[in-house]
Amino acid sequence: MAGEEATPGAEKPREAAKPVKREAADASGHPWVRSIRAAIPDAVVSAKEFAGEVTVVVARETVARVARHLKDAEDFKYCVDVTAVDWKTRAPRFDVVYHLYSFSKNDRIRVKCGAADGEEVPSVAGVYLTANWCERETFDMFGIRFSGHPDLRRILTWDGFNGFPLRKDFPLEGIDTGAAIYPEEWPDGGGPPKNDPNRKVVS
Amino acid sequence: MSNDKITQADKDHAADLAARAAARAPSPASPAHEDHTLFDVQEMELNFGPQHPSTHGVLRIVLKVDGEKILEAKPDVGYLHRGTEKLFETETYPMGIPHTDRMDYIAAATNNHAFCLAVEKLIGVEIPRRAQLIRVILDELQRLSSHLVWLGTSGIDLGAVTPFWYAFREREQILDFFEEYCGARLTLHCMRIGGLPFDLTPGWTERVSEFISDLPARIDDYEQLLTDNRIWKRRTVGVGVISGEECIEWGLTGPIIRASGVEWDLRRAKPYECYDELDFVVPTRQNGDTYDRYIVRVQEMRQSARIIRQCLDRLEPGDIRGKVPRVIKPVAEEVYASIESPKGELGFYCVSNGTNKPYRMHCRPPSFINLQALPRLAKGHLVSDLVALIGTIDIVLGEVDR
Repeated sequence: MAGEEATPGAEKPREAAKPVKREAADASGHPWVRSIRAAIPDAVVSAKEFAGEVTVVVARETVARVARHLKDAEDFKYCVDVTAVDWKTRAPRFDVVYHLYSFSKNDRIRVKCGAADGEEVPSVAGVYLTANWCERETFDMFGIRFSGHPDLRRILTWDGFNGFPLRKDFPLEGIDTGAAIYPEEWPDGGGPPKNDPNRKVVS
Repeated sequence: MSNDKITQADKDHAADLAARAAARAPSPASPAHEDHTLFDVQEMELNFGPQHPSTHGVLRIVLKVDGEKILEAKPDVGYLHRGTEKLFETETYPMGIPHTDRMDYIAAATNNHAFCLAVEKLIGVEIPRRAQLIRVILDELQRLSSHLVWLGTSGIDLGAVTPFWYAFREREQILDFFEEYCGARLTLHCMRIGGLPFDLTPGWTERVSEFISDLPARIDDYEQLLTDNRIWKRRTVGVGVISGEECIEWGLTGPIIRASGVEWDLRRAKPYECYDELDFVVPTRQNGDTYDRYIVRVQEMRQSARIIRQCLDRLEPGDIRGKVPRVIKPVAEEVYASIESPKGELGFYCVSNGTNKPYRMHCRPPSFINLQALPRLAKGHLVSDLVALIGTIDIVLGEVDR
């Protein structure tokens, strides 16, 4: 609620049947953004504020340094979450998204960086222990590799699964992964057995 | 709750802690204090789960043990992965809510709530007061039922069978309330974007009110069985100690961080709905062990009862749903909204591209993040303590794997 009150949307939602039109504001003058820019000059790409949330887009190579700076200098000690978004056709295909929280400020910051398919993102697992599993999940779901991660393995799908389920080009029905879990029963690794009449090959 | 009783428990607890620390401390005088001075270290790998009754679902832990001592524990998750986040992307915003029921399936209302909050933040809709109050009541009933399941099952894991029957007696009543409200007992689907699907049935508030009046006495019953129970304390005091700083480092939230002395609760830190006007205490303890996490959860149950009572007193007739358009097409933006679920910070990160389906909906699951610290908690303990630790983290595998 506190975040909603702080937003610039001043129209009354009760009168309008449509939801309030709201737009993101530029936040490049925000103290946290200025602090990042002062410490790591070429890090900040852009910054915006929407619904009381500050989002900073930084250069991919600087992510770990930005995280370290935010943790040490700006007191963002708690890494809430690490995830990614697949934009499919956009130039750097993925956005890796970090949510950080500061207990002293009682506020969150969102740090994002773009990453093309195959590009490595510096791991923040050395800065925040939480990031370890989150980055593993991101790798598992999107195939984004994190350089310097202590143990970058799949976490939710099994080792040998050869797709990245949350990529937009991964079919909802699943794929024939080719990974053999019980080769004698399921020669192709997943789905119904080969002699099952209901079997539907999607790939 | 009598204060002097807790003080007595505190004293016992401190004495117990000191005694156990003294017993564990290596004494250079006697070289036989460690096993390997008598016997060779024999490392063995042990598969704990996925079909083990005390893993609360399908969790596999690969243990490296020396005798009964855990040298290393590696959780292996994903057995219940259903691709919920992928499903969100293929369906409209309101159609995503039932999927959240199946994540933390013993606390469905809080999942619904977090999902709706994220979308509401995105479209900027105002929630009517009555809907806010009912949401808080449902949330707190859900917290009670989730903590009751935790109390019963983690008790049974450690051999305390009796509290299970008491806890499930009350949980049954709470599920009856849910059933009366929305027709479902477990997968509730009891919130909608902008408010609630139904108004309360006649007599519901009276029945809840009666239940809440009885609850403190019933929590006393559980405490009588466990709080000063010597066996319970032997199994929990000093097991899985973690400091407040380490909790923050590991991203642990919920009762775990509060048992380590950090007074942080999203209901207080970043109030949503009408929590800012409600009077409740955020219980904390200092030792950060399994026993303290038990005390914190039990006290949270008492606070939930208080919150429900205040909300019932404030209920007035009114709208239960804000002005939400028939087709929800938010602006192409991104938001993160989180609530204090029974297990910790439950958040949803929602990215919209301007269509009627979320472009990306990511869940920040407290169970998943909290489970990550299990190797840290389990190291050096016995295999039987691992059972206590899985119980104390309070994981639901549906939420870990999504």
